[in-house]
Amino acid sequence: MKARHQEAWTAYAFLAAPMAVLALSTFGPILFSFILAFFDWHLLKGGPEFVGLRNFLDLGRDEVFDIALKNTMVYAMGVVPAQTALALLLAMAVNRAIPGRAFFRAAFYVPAITSSVVTSVIFLWIYAKTGLLNYLLSQLGFAGEDWLGSPRFALFSIMALNIWSTSGYFMIAFLAGLQAIPKSLYEAATMDHAGRVARFWHITLPSLRPTIFLVLTMGLIGAFQVFDQIYIMSNGGPANATTTMSFFIYASAFHHFRFGYASAAAIILFLVILALTLVQKRLLEERTGA
Amino acid sequence: MRKLWVWIIVALALVVFTGPFLWSLSLSFQQPGDVFEWPIKFIPDPATLSNYQRLFTEIGFPRWLFNSALIALIVTASNLFLDALAGYAFARLRFPGRDWLFLALLATLMVPNHVTLVPKFMALNALGMINSYPGLIFPNLVQVFGIFLMRQYFLSMPRELEEAASLDGCTPFQCFHRIILPNAKAPLAALGIYSFQGNWNEFLWPVIVTTTPEMYTLPVGMAMFRYEYQVEWTMLMAGAVLIALPMLVIFLSFQRLFLQSQWGGAVKG
Repeated sequence: MKARHQEAWTAYAFLAAPMAVLALSTFGPILFSFILAFFDWHLLKGGPEFVGLRNFLDLGRDEVFDIALKNTMVYAMGVVPAQTALALLLAMAVNRAIPGRAFFRAAFYVPAITSSVVTSVIFLWIYAKTGLLNYLLSQLGFAGEDWLGSPRFALFSIMALNIWSTSGYFMIAFLAGLQAIPKSLYEAATMDHAGRVARFWHITLPSLRPTIFLVLTMGLIGAFQVFDQIYIMSNGGPANATTTMSFFIYASAFHHFRFGYASAAAIILFLVILALTLVQKRLLEERTGA
Repeated sequence: MRKLWVWIIVALALVVFTGPFLWSLSLSFQQPGDVFEWPIKFIPDPATLSNYQRLFTEIGFPRWLFNSALIALIVTASNLFLDALAGYAFARLRFPGRDWLFLALLATLMVPNHVTLVPKFMALNALGMINSYPGLIFPNLVQVFGIFLMRQYFLSMPRELEEAASLDGCTPFQCFHRIILPNAKAPLAALGIYSFQGNWNEFLWPVIVTTTPEMYTLPVGMAMFRYEYQVEWTMLMAGAVLIALPMLVIFLSFQRLFLQSQWGGAVKG
């Protein structure tokens, strides 16, 4: 019994410093933000004022928040499936690319390890009215567009950038998943005269289900938090065309100094992510019959 | 014939994924006047180093570089030590509430970082740590993901190690330092790379916490540069290259370790 006691105290000693830091940097702030959401706390106007649900009601009537919600959904529904599909396609190709697999794996991963500022700056130039993209299009006989300056294209331009940055990252997960599928399965299917599409549909996809779920979940959580590229490339504009929920939270807090309001928006963001993740989990579990 | 589609896709992807970087490299060596009208030469002619020079002489780049390096190193060292401590406790020590506490830690990974943004800012503001090194460092001293990583490793560590250690008669802390940690070099290296890279590239928190140019980290400095000055593409690209370079070197040198830190044992070779 004494040894058990001692072990517990050792654990507490080991955990003291890390948990103290986490209490102040993570647990505390998370709890506090739930409280803050019910207050009107304007940084420049002095102290907090309890307002109950008013922040949430105001958010419901806020046009910009409405736009932010819509933009975030468009962004997530566009980016997540595209980057997942592209990651899978790249993984399948790289998996068969012998020799040079390690080289291609590295080359496609580089955007993922590069600072968002770096990729944003490079694509600012590519998307510029006299940038690389419009030049290439003009060479092919197409007219260029104002990719970041026009409300029609701005969000999609940033979506394309993110698909480009993250596909290589998720490709690694699919590569590992593909390599874990026993070749004997494919051999047996070929002997049964199953075509390429049939083999993909009945062997590859089902075997990759856990990986697909992982990639979708991580992709979803990441997509809802997109911020850096918007800050650097478009600052939420033009005309709120690229204002997502994360940018709205940032702007409410650090442009308008409405801390309580921003916290309320952040809580809603968290709940949306939670709901979508649970829905996704349920959908994938139903398929397996688990 | 079937292999053709593989190589077409791979070649196309290679152009798309590396093209932007190659172009930024090219622009960084070009004369400023040469990059406003097409056709822009891919191979700069005449090439120049002036963009890189001007980064160091005309804007606060050196200071930002120092800030980024200092903070990334301190945070990484702290992560390695504290995450390993906590990871070991969760993996090998029994204490009441262990599983609940660990579950709570995992739950925090699901919370978007924008939720904690305002409370963290307010707390640091009250402590007077805004726009200071402590303000940039403190929130990142411990990483939940790092605790998770180290715990995974310690769970799979052979118990003979600890049995040998207990025969040695050292205190728990001593045993941890002298015997456990030195045997965890691989996960520690992976965690170190992950932590350094995350910190070097971090943008959201530094952009909020820093308010004067001397405290900017590299990403913040370059973002501000993009807005403040007339857009000097060649200098921006030179800055971008320099920010990306350390990560590229680390990645290419320690590829397997890098990938393992993010994707675990799933990555082979």
